[in-house]
Amino acid sequence: MLFSVIGNYSLILGFFFGLFLFYFSAINFRNSQVLDTKILSFTFLQFFLVVISFLCLVLSFVMSDFSNETVFNNSHTTKPIFYKIAGTWGNHEGSLLLWLLVLTLFILIFLIRTKNQTVKYRVLTLVFQQIIIIGFFIFLIKTSNPFNHIYPIPTEGLGLNPILQDPALAIHPPILYLGYVGSSIIFSSVLAATTLNIISKKWASHIKKWVLSSWIFLTLGILLGSIWAYYELGWGGFWFWDPVENVSLMPWLALTTLLHCILVLEKKLILTSWVIILSISTFTLSMSGTFLVRSGILNSVHTFANDPERGLFILIFLFSLIFLSLFIFFFFHKTSKDNPGNFFLMSKETAIIINNWFMMYFLSVVLIGTIYPIFLDVLSSQKISVGPPFYHKLIIPFLIPFLLIMAIGPKLKWIKSNLEDKIYLFSLLIISILLSIFIIKNFSSNFLINTILISSALYLFFITLRDFFSKEFKNLAQNTAHFGFSLLILSILFNSLFSSEIITNLKVGQTFEDTKAKIVFESLNKKEGENYKSIIGNFIVQDSKGKIQNLSPELRIYNQPNITTSEADIKTTLLSDKFMVINIVQNQEFFNVRYQVKPFMLWIWISVILISFGGLISFVKKEYEK
Amino acid sequence: MKNKILPFSIFFIFIIIFIVFYRGLQNTNIYTPESKTSFEVPSVSVKLFNSDEIINTLEIFNSDKFYLLNIWSSWCVPCKQEHPILMELSQNNDLEIIGINYKDTKKNANDFLKDLGNPYDNIIFDNKGTNAIEWGAYGVPESFLINNNKIIKKYIGPLSKGSLQEIKLFIK
Repeated sequence: MLFSVIGNYSLILGFFFGLFLFYFSAINFRNSQVLDTKILSFTFLQFFLVVISFLCLVLSFVMSDFSNETVFNNSHTTKPIFYKIAGTWGNHEGSLLLWLLVLTLFILIFLIRTKNQTVKYRVLTLVFQQIIIIGFFIFLIKTSNPFNHIYPIPTEGLGLNPILQDPALAIHPPILYLGYVGSSIIFSSVLAATTLNIISKKWASHIKKWVLSSWIFLTLGILLGSIWAYYELGWGGFWFWDPVENVSLMPWLALTTLLHCILVLEKKLILTSWVIILSISTFTLSMSGTFLVRSGILNSVHTFANDPERGLFILIFLFSLIFLSLFIFFFFHKTSKDNPGNFFLMSKETAIIINNWFMMYFLSVVLIGTIYPIFLDVLSSQKISVGPPFYHKLIIPFLIPFLLIMAIGPKLKWIKSNLEDKIYLFSLLIISILLSIFIIKNFSSNFLINTILISSALYLFFITLRDFFSKEFKNLAQNTAHFGFSLLILSILFNSLFSSEIITNLKVGQTFEDTKAKIVFESLNKKEGENYKSIIGNFIVQDSKGKIQNLSPELRIYNQPNITTSEADIKTTLLSDKFMVINIVQNQEFFNVRYQVKPFMLWIWISVILISFGGLISFVKKEYEK
Repeated sequence: MKNKILPFSIFFIFIIIFIVFYRGLQNTNIYTPESKTSFEVPSVSVKLFNSDEIINTLEIFNSDKFYLLNIWSSWCVPCKQEHPILMELSQNNDLEIIGINYKDTKKNANDFLKDLGNPYDNIIFDNKGTNAIEWGAYGVPESFLINNNKIIKKYIGPLSKGSLQEIKLFIK
């Protein structure tokens, strides 16, 4: 009760501090010799108030204070303490408060760490960031206040959606938000730099760290979500081209492209328009993600809130930001500073630009696939859903040149160069092609495309692998990330080519047998958890080589809310995952059993970790440079 | 002049996107991940087993007769077990039996039907297993009793003597 009041008032106070900051910034901007100390302390106070507000919400959750509407809607006394805390951001209101927390934290860090930049630039970045922060304050206080009271006070809460009660998912939102919100700093900073016309090599080198850190968090955030979907949703895969996955992939694609543009900009003053547009789109795509999944306009796992008022607010806010940034781009940006005069075909920047266009193409495919159903629904009230075949058909063929350029590009020098050790590069290509023909030869379907695809991925794999041991080896970060990417593509390809699946309905005691495997449904156990009861099926699976494995998938029936979830049983080995999930079949003694053998699953996760590790190396290197 | 056109057209495009999203907000919907349990016959394009012709499911279930939609496969052991029941039901003129051949090859499926008899009036060829999902099926075998484009009853697992009696009662 008390905490809700404190939390609520510190939120309102934080909003007013935002307004004060506008005022002081305006004064400071005019006579800009030094940064007004008031600005720094007010930014700190604003952050502090949001922290208090956030802690109050966490405490309300921990103490199960059901006089708070958010706690009542999303918590329950029998929930384990870990999920009570995680429940704070497992709902619409709390997750927005987390957004706000990260927003205020990042601008504080930005102000502290940019002492060597001009005051005008720092103040202007603060102003743009405060526009976003104030927007979120209003949104939070007006439409989704996490501290609403209910009276009479209920004795028990409604509970957290059980599929969200999971360790990977408990840390997935904070990590992902660090990535999303980190892009807000890039957004504010690029707008400030454009307005002041100070986009330079120095600026690029300073913003690179922000780009890298958001990129690392975004990559890890997506990974966590994907791992969760793999074992919790029981769909038996790691990526479904679900709208929600897509909205996290789009900022990632934009950010990755931005990262490469910044690298070019740091060396050579070109691609400034690319950098501005990509910075703007990364953040607006993150915001659109919030809009699309929170407004209920899309069907997805993440749709907590279905309140048109909220959707409308985010929509108007989002478009105001888009129009503001478009205005700044067209009004202030002077393209004349670009001098594309000395552009050579054989250079690192050409390779980067070509692959940037590929990335933009992938981004537009995902964008169209995600929002086309909305357009169609509105314009012709026809409901469709865009499935994996659409994405696969449009993306896979273009991965081939993309991978090849990714392999050759880093071998080129900046500005102008000749390709060195051609014989070695060529022989690796031949080896890759032969090896992939050898791997694929037993598969009749799509022989050609699969061979070419695997060859190009293997090619990148070999080149990056060899570079780890090369003498004149400089760029560890880039090489690690590219190596990780080749490993990712290879693992995904092998995973989709060599996966096998058995779906059947079985009763206890029955046996299913075909050429691939023999599944015996041994017995059924019951177990009681802290806030659920569960049924565990015990299966014995014998594969075609005679190897026997016990698998025990589980069905959990949660007490509050009363929802059944299925917990897949996954046996992970270095080379493949055995995945089994059961589902209840209504009013029958049959269970639907799905058994999958998925090769190289572990490597998909490892390669994504490698990719983000590459980013981390680059970030650490940047820190030491100073 | 050229410089003016670009900004304006971009603004214009964004305004259109805004309007579409705004309209889209009016008809929102909430969805939780679970298996589909629609009660209407889904309208999807399917491929016929015998002619490779692609038609809409609604064209198959167009009369006011009773239909039994049966998902089967030659590799599915319980399908063999329920097959005599389907053969018995196929004698009945008031019932049309439609098969969905699930994740199978044509050759194996034809051999299966040659060995055990063909109870189906029409077969949908679903070698990728995607059509079965549209019906909210869990696996094979599974059967749906359909009348007037509505799914009346769902039988999961092989049909039993009990379900045979029940289907006969429905048709009467």
